[in-house]
Amino acid sequence: MEEKEVLLKVEGLSKKFCKDLKTSLWYGVKDLFSGLGKNKGERLLRPKEFWAVQDINFELRRGECLGLIGHNGAGKSTLLKILNGLINPDSGKITISGRVGALIELGAGFNPILTGRENIYNNGAVLGFTKKEIDDKVEEIIDFSEIREFIDMPVQNYSSGMKVRLGFAVAAQMEPDVLIIDEVLAVGDLGFVLKCFKQIDTILPNTAIVFVSHSMPMVSRICTQIILLEKGEVAYQGDDVAKAIDKYYTRFANNENDVIFDDKTITKLEVSVVQPRSLVDDIPQLEWGDDLKFRVKCNFNTKIETPQFTINIFDKEQRPIAVLTRNSKEDDLIVTDNLLEFTVTHKELQLSKGMYSVNITATEMNTNTTFIRVNGILSFQITHKDEVWQPFLLKADFKNI
Amino acid sequence: MLETRVYQKENTTRFGKLLGDSIRDILSSRFLAKQLAIRDIKSQYRQSYFGLLWIFVAPLGTALVWIFLNNSGTVNVTDTGMPYPVYVFSGTLLWSIITESINSPMSSTNGARSIISKINFPKEALIISGIYKLMFNSSVKVILLIVLLFSFGIGFNWSFLLFPLALLGAVLFGTTVGLFLTPIGMLYSDIGRFISLGLQFLMYATPVVYAIPKEGVVKTLMEYNPISPLILTARDLAIGAIPDHLSYYFLVIGLCIPLSLIGLVFYRISIPIIVERLSA
Repeated sequence: MEEKEVLLKVEGLSKKFCKDLKTSLWYGVKDLFSGLGKNKGERLLRPKEFWAVQDINFELRRGECLGLIGHNGAGKSTLLKILNGLINPDSGKITISGRVGALIELGAGFNPILTGRENIYNNGAVLGFTKKEIDDKVEEIIDFSEIREFIDMPVQNYSSGMKVRLGFAVAAQMEPDVLIIDEVLAVGDLGFVLKCFKQIDTILPNTAIVFVSHSMPMVSRICTQIILLEKGEVAYQGDDVAKAIDKYYTRFANNENDVIFDDKTITKLEVSVVQPRSLVDDIPQLEWGDDLKFRVKCNFNTKIETPQFTINIFDKEQRPIAVLTRNSKEDDLIVTDNLLEFTVTHKELQLSKGMYSVNITATEMNTNTTFIRVNGILSFQITHKDEVWQPFLLKADFKNI
Repeated sequence: MLETRVYQKENTTRFGKLLGDSIRDILSSRFLAKQLAIRDIKSQYRQSYFGLLWIFVAPLGTALVWIFLNNSGTVNVTDTGMPYPVYVFSGTLLWSIITESINSPMSSTNGARSIISKINFPKEALIISGIYKLMFNSSVKVILLIVLLFSFGIGFNWSFLLFPLALLGAVLFGTTVGLFLTPIGMLYSDIGRFISLGLQFLMYATPVVYAIPKEGVVKTLMEYNPISPLILTARDLAIGAIPDHLSYYFLVIGLCIPLSLIGLVFYRISIPIIVERLSA
């Protein structure tokens, strides 16, 4: 297949910021005057400065989508601002071909007192449309935003979701060659977000997209390559989207447990995975299809009957995805000398690849009174060659009939 | 063939190229400039009952104070060669236009802070929309001036047709000064305060509410003050007198034209630096 043309090329891009406002402003004055000259000298860190983005290189062709991921403050938005030409790099070079569109802020140029219809013109003008273009598209924009009823009402009375709808409806009329998307779509309701993505899907084949998001399902849905940023530097770069997302999630591996409720009956509660394949950063690793076997150790301060244990499994976005069947009296778990030790096994675990965390609750068998409840008492990771977004990868056999 | 842009630290483009880009952006962003001006004017008056009246309340107020001071004999103003109310009104109107145009680039840019740090659009449109707003306000003021000219029996002179040109000269002067002050003024709010303070004093070193005295230090100050010829010439054109500071007037305007172009380029270069400091 013939490769499409490179629309966006970034070479050795770096940008520094200053931590202190007064110093920053003074550097600004200095830069104003050095900006008048050729500005050839190499930029080094001055006192109180740090690299917000350092040595980024990539190429993006038409039809490709680059996902920029990383935790807050990793430099994603700074990088977007440089790509959009809002601020200049401190070293390196960006070459962009064609019309650049940016969904960094929706509804830029809105004036709260003016009506939605008037603001379509304001926003459109800021985005570079001509009057005629807006005249032609205004009805389409109103329809897309689905707020025709309120279009002649001042924008200050709109909800934030409505503003975003109107802003996106205008921005969606752009036909950019390079599209830069920051996390702007998060405000709208689900129906609108889906509509936005549908719109993005339609322009994707003719566009090179740079996409910043914290929502990994969205990233995996549209991105063909990923840069994972950490403290301004590239922690991962490549087209293995699954691997990048995996790395992103391991950054958030939370080994801290939260005791949500504790009536002090249980003095000590320990849960561990029995015989994991290995430990990575202290996180037990299992392969898909392995048996999931926990070892639970529980100390009591008084002599009591065996409690009932509820074990919940959560995925990396803290969605509850599974619960293990609870123990009953027939299981014959016996407390000896105020100590209870047991294992609990689920055979051939079919959870898909990724990080999971475990919550455990211990309750009185008959009355259901809670003794203790601990969130995130344990994390474990499932490995498998296939990256799937659904929480379960269920084993299936295919046969001719 | 797609248009290609390069962003890098080094400033490889020459002055001429930058100026060309700047002017091209001004032309291509006419609609944006107009739209921004309409937006600001509309929103300003939609929340007000008195609306346009506010445009000339300030100069009218200053003028009334001086007319009162003069008529009551508190202050004795030398002969101005025309009815004193006309002199003061025209002076304060022109002065307000000049101060507004000095402040215009900075206030337009400041008002667009939230968009310039998020969207890439031709920033020159902000300057032009500022000029549109100035022209709108000025034309309202000019209507008031015409009313005054007739009510004080000066009536219409053909030279009045040149008055708008003189106004444009004043706007050009103010905008040029404003363009140079804006980048640093965006970084430090001190600049804005210095400007408003300095302009208060400068008004008394300009023939706004009284004529140039025959002698003394104020005479020298007023004659060197580049704003004096702008005001005197415009006022003379309005009442139909022969402008007698024309050579200094043309010198000031002649200097403003190249300086405004340099100011535009300076503004263009400085915007990314300002945005970086604002959003840092």
